Amino acid sequence: MAAPMLRGCCLARRGALACIDGGSRRGRGAAIGCRSSGKRGRSSVAQQSLITAQKSGKGEHAWAAVVGLEIHAQISSNSKLFSGSQVQFAAPPNSLVSFFDASLPGTLPVLNRRCVEAAVMTGLALKCHINKKSLFDRKHYFYADLPAGYQITQQRLPIAVNGSLEYSVCVGKKRSQVITRTARIKQIQLEQDSGKSLHDELRSQTLIDLNRAGVGLLEVVLEPDMSCGEEAATAVRELQLILQALGTSQANMAEGQLRVDANISVHHPGEPLGVRTEVKNLNSARFLARAIDSEIERQINELENGREILNETRSFDCKLGCTIPMRDKEGKQDYRFMPEPNLPPLLLYDTASLPPGADPQQVINIDRIREQLPELPSETREQLVQQYGMLPEHSFTILNEVGLLEFFQNVIKETRAEPKKVTSWILNNFLGFLKQQNLAVNESPVTPSALAELLNLLDRKAISSSAAKQVFEELWRSKGKTPSQIVSEKQLELMQDGEALNQVCLAVMEEHPQVVLAMKRGNPRAINKLIGLVRKATLSRADPTVIKEILEKKLSS
Amino acid sequence: VLGRQWIHTPGRVSAALKQGQITPTELCQKCLSLIKKTKFLNAYITVSEEVALKQAEESEKRYKKGHSLGDLDGIPIAVKDNFSTSGIETTCASNMLKGYVPPYNATVVQKLLDQGAVLMGKTNLDEFAMGSGSTDGVFGPVKNPWSYSKQYKEKTKHKAHGENEDSNWLITGGSSGGSAAAVATFTCFAALGSDTGGSTRNPAAHCGVVGFKPSYGLVSRHGLIPLVNSMDVPGILTRCVDDAAIVLGMLAGHDPKDSTTVQDPVKPFTLPSLTDVSKLCIGIPKEYLTPELSSEVQSLWSKAANLFESEGAKVIEVSLPHTSYSIVCYHVLCTSEVASNMARFDGLEYGHRCDIDVSTEAMYAATRREGFNDVVRGRILSGNFFLLKENYENYFIKAQKVRRLIANDFVNVFNSGVDVLLTPTTLREAVPYQEFIKEDNRTRSAQDDIFTQAVNMAGLPAVSVPVALSNQGLPVGLQFIGRAFHDQQLLTVAKWFEKQVQFPVTQLQELMDDCSSVFEIEKLASVSLKQ
Repeated sequence: MAAPMLRGCCLARRGALACIDGGSRRGRGAAIGCRSSGKRGRSSVAQQSLITAQKSGKGEHAWAAVVGLEIHAQISSNSKLFSGSQVQFAAPPNSLVSFFDASLPGTLPVLNRRCVEAAVMTGLALKCHINKKSLFDRKHYFYADLPAGYQITQQRLPIAVNGSLEYSVCVGKKRSQVITRTARIKQIQLEQDSGKSLHDELRSQTLIDLNRAGVGLLEVVLEPDMSCGEEAATAVRELQLILQALGTSQANMAEGQLRVDANISVHHPGEPLGVRTEVKNLNSARFLARAIDSEIERQINELENGREILNETRSFDCKLGCTIPMRDKEGKQDYRFMPEPNLPPLLLYDTASLPPGADPQQVINIDRIREQLPELPSETREQLVQQYGMLPEHSFTILNEVGLLEFFQNVIKETRAEPKKVTSWILNNFLGFLKQQNLAVNESPVTPSALAELLNLLDRKAISSSAAKQVFEELWRSKGKTPSQIVSEKQLELMQDGEALNQVCLAVMEEHPQVVLAMKRGNPRAINKLIGLVRKATLSRADPTVIKEILEKKLSS
Repeated sequence: VLGRQWIHTPGRVSAALKQGQITPTELCQKCLSLIKKTKFLNAYITVSEEVALKQAEESEKRYKKGHSLGDLDGIPIAVKDNFSTSGIETTCASNMLKGYVPPYNATVVQKLLDQGAVLMGKTNLDEFAMGSGSTDGVFGPVKNPWSYSKQYKEKTKHKAHGENEDSNWLITGGSSGGSAAAVATFTCFAALGSDTGGSTRNPAAHCGVVGFKPSYGLVSRHGLIPLVNSMDVPGILTRCVDDAAIVLGMLAGHDPKDSTTVQDPVKPFTLPSLTDVSKLCIGIPKEYLTPELSSEVQSLWSKAANLFESEGAKVIEVSLPHTSYSIVCYHVLCTSEVASNMARFDGLEYGHRCDIDVSTEAMYAATRREGFNDVVRGRILSGNFFLLKENYENYFIKAQKVRRLIANDFVNVFNSGVDVLLTPTTLREAVPYQEFIKEDNRTRSAQDDIFTQAVNMAGLPAVSVPVALSNQGLPVGLQFIGRAFHDQQLLTVAKWFEKQVQFPVTQLQELMDDCSSVFEIEKLASVSLKQ
């Protein structure tokens, strides 16, 4: 399928491009960097990062990449956009298909209220202007999984326009500096999803599953305000979090609920934008950034070698690690847009414009939806920073990991430990274990309650922090045991009996008169030796600070 | 009294049914036998005999229990073959849909069945309703019953093509020619047609029946296989205006499955009998006086205007200045929507599929070439041309603007105080098939839709009422156009007019054989009416 020439080109360049960090340069090939300054002017050209391509002995050409995104998010709704069919992932093929979905002649679309509300809510969360009147259009193309021969979309007058998506990228050596960026949102439109084609190459036939045909999508169009794969991936991640917080889309990329197309071009800053390509179906969070960067790199390489960029559609081959032209979109498409005659204009109201006596079931009030807006991820992060003194970059991590925020909040609810302590435990120990074993938060063998209990034990000094780590490892291994059980089984509790500890200290001092003498002579390290000996004698169950107190008291008396 | 206006109409026959003078099964069988006798007209594509008898039987049970569902219970009806009928083949007179059996009923069909109506069958049309003759369907043309009427034969006796009589039959007009012929020959009491540019009114005029096009949005289009979604409406063909009103009463109103239907509830109604027209203002659009209009139709039109005037109505000349742009504008909008609507016929989910399987694209191409006739393919081609990015502004957008101007013409006229417009329905009476096919479908449609089609642009209600027989003994219809959603007012005026003109019934040899029994019912029914 892939042109051999391209394949060769990709192989030769494999590995030339790696992760992006603040404008670094590579010796070989073109290197790409995200811009490092946060302020953004009006001109998008001026905002592009500079990408430096070095050619041995030939000086430098600065390249800037321009990336825009079209993101399709499946609306979380019980039924499809224009029919009553259920929406469900992985249902048996063609089991969720109404007459309308199968485009039976004479069937008509009936707009799903829930989908409209989801679009309005998403528009409001993304600071869009909500159009009180929007229109539906037909976009025509022949494809086996598009039963009507056209898709109903909103080309002319979409439901929401002119919004913005703020996202933050971590920069700096330790990636500890958080910079906020903004991608403008051109529009959000409601449209139908297509069905799925399954190509059986062996029997040279195509099987069609129409379960997905007609499911409501939000197409979010981001202006070309991004300049590299990482920015694009971060923007997509932020959008995903927003959609999930709103409940307007589950936005699960693995289940195809969030799909990304990227428009990519490169140019020299100050010069007109270059010819762009569209990389389709970036449906994996993992490959999103890589696909974009590899396409940027390909374009730079083509131009540097005196070749041209074709305005074409490409796809990312994750095995080859590069983009390849898409075969089935070779001919130039003319979608022959036309107003959808079976749907009257979609009218929305606000409290001021609501017609008196209108049936609330028949009208949608934008203000009511605004009132229902939940806390957005940026607000949640701000809250974490304010309430728990969390570092901003930690608040990002907490939100980025699916389920981690909820886990964190549940631990906080049940523990008296310091929030900072909780954060540190969750980000260092808990997340570390998860990553190590490649588990999701909801697959963790340690429950929030268990961790809370462990932190409580630590907080009231019932165990030492090293013991706590031991307990945590044990919790991970033996599901079902409580931290207290483990502590008592392994005898890890700190000695709470002051008299007993006193006796141990006395005994140790008597056994090691030379060390006591050294201490008395003023050797500062001698006391540490004694502390160590006492801890050993107590099987590490005594708090070193308490031991130190007792020893100092005895020596001075 | 009996012969002047055909007695065999739902209003009267329902009285006979209620009084047990005739049973639904007898009525159904009578219609079935008439269908067989008039088979040569090719009015029906599918005769749903079994279903009809079963429905009649059900109806009979209800009558026996005294639980009839209303005026339409047990009444035989026919439905144009571009409305989906559950379990009954729906072809649109196209190879593309031969053998296609829809799994659902169009809303209008369902509503009629819910009222106890008995579905006799599916009527013939031009392929996908694209035509004005009912000559361009895959099942062959519909023949106008008046070709064989006593009235026509008498008038044309002097013309010496006796030996070749069979090739001299007349077209019904179209595209709902099958429905018009079915109603004209008493094989049913009411039939559904569709009306996009005149497809109900045109054959109604040619076949001497009432053809009513409701306001756009008053009657659901769900299940009507579309021609032009923004202009299509289900049409009603009956033998009198009252019957059209009864059927409209059953069909009108919001349909949750059609977002373009009215939101406000529509109550069933009966038409008042107008006695005084002196408060009416009838508009005569001067642009409808075209050179192509036959002098005979023109004279009947004038007479009708004079009739209103003599009865005290105000009759004024009005202007609809953008009328002449209507046909070309319609051509752009119609073909564009056709191109879009026909895209779904790709042989994948239903309908015809060719044997070629080298690639999906090749399969599409061959399926569509085999499935559609030249007319459909031609319109798809033009429509796609108009929708191309480089043409869209110049054609589609312009046509939409012109459409607005045409609609505004009507608004202005009605705002000036006109209640109803009176126009011809067609240029002339029905022409022989041999004459008709001398011009191609496109030319014919452009000529024949001239008086009917602007109404669809504006979404207005309009009705063609048979007025008189021409010198040749053929029916001529005149059209009344009303204000949007003033369908009842329009029909009330049409009813008054109908009563004045006393249009005769067609006299077919084939029907005469049945006369004795038919007149039997007639007598009984008329007795019940006088009570």
